Amino acid sequence: MSVKGKELVLISPEGKRLDGRRPDEIRELKIKAGILENADGSAYVEQGNTKIYAAIYGPREVHPRHLALPNKAVIRCRYHMTPFSVEERKSPAPTRREIELSKVIREALAPAIIAEQFPFSAIDVFIEVINADGSTRCASIIAASVALASAGIPMRDLVAACSVGKINGVLVLDVTDVEDKYGEVDMPFAMMPNRSEITLLQLDGILSLEEIEKAISMATKACKDIYEKQKSALKEKYIELRKAVEEGTRT
Amino acid sequence: MIPKLKKQQIMDLLSLGRRVNGRGLEDLRPVEIRCQSVKNAEGSAEVRLGKTLAIAGVKTSIGTPFADTPDTGVMIVNAEFLPIASPTFEPGPPDENAIELARVIDRGLRKAEMIDLKQLCIVPGKAVWELWIDIHALNHDGNLMDASALAAVAAILTAEIPKVMLNEKGEVTINKSEKQRLPIKSVPITVTIAKIGDKLVVDPSLDEEEVADAFLTATFVDDKVCTIQKRGEKGLTAEETMRALQIARQKAHELFKIVKEVVGGE
Repeated sequence: MSVKGKELVLISPEGKRLDGRRPDEIRELKIKAGILENADGSAYVEQGNTKIYAAIYGPREVHPRHLALPNKAVIRCRYHMTPFSVEERKSPAPTRREIELSKVIREALAPAIIAEQFPFSAIDVFIEVINADGSTRCASIIAASVALASAGIPMRDLVAACSVGKINGVLVLDVTDVEDKYGEVDMPFAMMPNRSEITLLQLDGILSLEEIEKAISMATKACKDIYEKQKSALKEKYIELRKAVEEGTRT
Repeated sequence: MIPKLKKQQIMDLLSLGRRVNGRGLEDLRPVEIRCQSVKNAEGSAEVRLGKTLAIAGVKTSIGTPFADTPDTGVMIVNAEFLPIASPTFEPGPPDENAIELARVIDRGLRKAEMIDLKQLCIVPGKAVWELWIDIHALNHDGNLMDASALAAVAAILTAEIPKVMLNEKGEVTINKSEKQRLPIKSVPITVTIAKIGDKLVVDPSLDEEEVADAFLTATFVDDKVCTIQKRGEKGLTAEETMRALQIARQKAHELFKIVKEVVGGE
């Protein structure tokens, strides 16, 4: 494996990755709930250099009307990358990749949403990737699920997500863009930690069944930590809100 | 509502270890593969899984390589869910389901390195073969994913492309009278498992798809997995996921044998 003739070592013999992380270490993760005023719920996630906004609009009326369901809310999701989020400008029109990712992210979030409570209505999830540095769909799920909860939408659980990669034969958590491009495997993963249900699983690259089992258990462990951060982000939003009300800056 | 009744009936049967059309939980529907029926295509295959019918065609052209891979041929996979295939399919550009299907099959072919794309380079940086793999659904009775993937693989395995030569001026000329097979490195096999209640079933029919909670599609190359795609609006446990992958691996072996019988031993 080489970049412009230079040998690229994604992981050192001592098990240190390019950014100094251990294989089972995720990047620094910052989550902020309730950041966009117009949305019913929103969140901002920063995972290393991957930066994502998620906003929820709804439950609200469905347009066009014929899409409405008599027994539950329709959940719609749009994953979108800003043109400046990647190295070479990306056209703002949705690509096939974005259409697929919108679908799998929706299917990762839907199991957590109690949509039966809102027949004939729509819950819209909008995700904007501001800067992409690998694992954007996982960071999107982290953000969107916090945004859903902050919108007050009844949920069975939060959805946490983490990707697993394989670089120079070693399974690693939370792959960066370089590790994705030059590594052997990318396996995005999302779950409801409290219910032990996997809601997103994709694999792009060759793994044995034993490696998949190990990758799932590594990702599960990471998701439990991420889950705690998601919960504290939600708590923080309400602590701040109470403070603002007490200080009279918000009613 | 009808799907609820249907789901109850399907689940009652499953708890007895049976399925709507009499299959066992881990039985595939009868598989039929017909190759090279499209004379104008370099490769083609029609695949039947029970009543599901998909057709794949391979067309080739000579184009320029991508700047970052100057010595590699180009492969493009596209899928269309034609209105001919189902009362629920509408004309228009591919929807998210067709796009997902095409991208999952594309990843399977790429990660398994089924075609040695390096050998499809004619003049580095200037001319390479472009392979267009178009998959069209003709009759949708469930599991278009596996039928389409099988059709794509069978079409690639039996495709014959013309030989090319360079003349004195260094221009690429096509010699249509001489044919060659595509450089094949492996045969990826795609298997979909549906989760219905707490049961896992192989090769879901349309009735089963409509009531299924989730799907796991895996592509195997030999005994390893090269792509996974979980679909559907519910989740699976880790145990269910591993069990589904084990069943899928066994089914991939069965399908591999069928493919080998049809396209010959090479």
